[in-house]
Amino acid sequence: MADLRELYQELILEHSKAPRNYRALTAADHKAEGYNPLCGDRFTVSVQMEGDSIQDIAFQGSGCAISKASASMMTQSVKGKTKQQAKELFERFHRTVTGNQNPDSADLGKLTVFAGVSEFPTRVKCATLAWHTLQAALEGKQEAVSTE
Amino acid sequence: MTKVLRMPSSPGKVALGEPPSGYDVERIRADFPILDVKAHGQTLVYLDNAATSQKPRTVIDAISRYYECDNANIHRGVHYLSELATAEFESARKTVQSFLNAARPEEIVFVRGATEAINLVAQTYGRSQVSTGDEVLITAMEHHSNIVPWQLLCDEKHARLEVAPVNEKGELLLSEFERLLSSRTKLVAIAHVSNALGTINPLAAVVEMAHRRKIPVLVDGAQAVPRMPVDVQNLGCDFYAFSGHKTYGPTGIGVLYGKSALLEAMPPYQGGGDMISSVTFEKTTYNRLPYKFEAGTPDIAGAVGLKAALDYLGDLGMENISSHESDLLEYATEAISTIPGVRLIGTAKEKTGVVSFVMEGIHPHDIGTVLDQEGIAVRTGHHCAQPLMDRFGVDATVRASFGVYNTKSEVEALIRGIQRVKEVFA
Repeated sequence: MADLRELYQELILEHSKAPRNYRALTAADHKAEGYNPLCGDRFTVSVQMEGDSIQDIAFQGSGCAISKASASMMTQSVKGKTKQQAKELFERFHRTVTGNQNPDSADLGKLTVFAGVSEFPTRVKCATLAWHTLQAALEGKQEAVSTE
Repeated sequence: MTKVLRMPSSPGKVALGEPPSGYDVERIRADFPILDVKAHGQTLVYLDNAATSQKPRTVIDAISRYYECDNANIHRGVHYLSELATAEFESARKTVQSFLNAARPEEIVFVRGATEAINLVAQTYGRSQVSTGDEVLITAMEHHSNIVPWQLLCDEKHARLEVAPVNEKGELLLSEFERLLSSRTKLVAIAHVSNALGTINPLAAVVEMAHRRKIPVLVDGAQAVPRMPVDVQNLGCDFYAFSGHKTYGPTGIGVLYGKSALLEAMPPYQGGGDMISSVTFEKTTYNRLPYKFEAGTPDIAGAVGLKAALDYLGDLGMENISSHESDLLEYATEAISTIPGVRLIGTAKEKTGVVSFVMEGIHPHDIGTVLDQEGIAVRTGHHCAQPLMDRFGVDATVRASFGVYNTKSEVEALIRGIQRVKEVFA
């Protein structure tokens, strides 16, 4: 039996209750909305770029503990990174939460706490919603991204 | 206090000599093999009956037996098996007719489910009767399957979809409903029982108001048929739709009941075999009712399984089932109401065994995951009723919905599960 504590790690619960960078970003030059129609999670991710680097990033919206904590910790992890670095980080994160990469070799930093999601396949979409939304924002897509 | 609406049941549908107090839930549980499954190592507590119900052994056996002994195509072969299969299929139709107390067997059309039944009416009755500037009236508590087919129709015909509002308890505002009936209203489409809230709609009043203006009424009965006695002649509605799989029968089969005069006047739905009486390249003559609406080889085994399910429910007695679920609802409502931080969504006076709730600061999806780890199956999300979620200002709810085999101890397991949720997210 998968352990609930593996999913709901302290750090995840803490971020879900007090999300970081949870605000409007008036200086944003990239923005996208992400939506999970199955559970109604909805987030807007706003990014301010400087050259090729993410200078500032913020998010707003509503969702479950996993999706909110993931959005919060994502904003911390990608700030200061280049587009390409953020993309690669998402790829490693995605492989980890889907059980396709050993978290020890994924170089995820704090994001390693999401490794437990791989035991809960129905929650992968929650963990990756903000990341998909960030990708859409960086690629300048106008349409809301959906996990479906 | 919540109480299930009692409607007069037709003769012959009351279980013999079994008062509600004699309802033997343990014996019923033994009829459902899946209840022995362990979920994450825990005893399964299946409280997702509004999504789909589990199947009794008699249904599973009827389907197997059909394929082992009777399988053939229907209405065409002259051979032995084809006669058997045809007889079984038509016998299933008669069972449905009697279960709904429809006047005639040809008023029962087999479809894939309630969704297809509603789409059938939208695409045939709707497309032939609704034109520019007309209106279709629904309610704010409809499932997407009783919203989107009408939106598609209204878009195509430049007609308007009107929506009757509900109050904060999740009850239809009848005066608002009546106000929205106009000379342009071509059809009323309304749930008998709300899937997300459990509200039982006041169909007698709805039908009376609509019929006074000569407007036909379609009822989405997907949540009502498994939970309470349904008598379409007594209701007086013009169309009634339900799904086999929510009624302890198989997936892939459902029913559209329609008054024969309406069905006769409607154009066909799909074209193909079985729905014709003669075909030339110049002209096709359509078959009589109900075959006009049953193009192609139907889900014969599904109909056989549905018959077994309705026979099973008939033996239990719909009054007894409704009384049993009403007891569970009352017990669950009282227990959940006393938990701090839990808010019930949908507190209609007339309600079936559905408990929808939200918890302060905890998302329904997280609640669902914690309950799942305890072996408790509930639905979390918008329940295909997003406009209704908007009405209550929530993105989603947790929904526990009861069935014939649920027990008070399972309600207690749910309550313990909710306490566990609070511990995890404390």
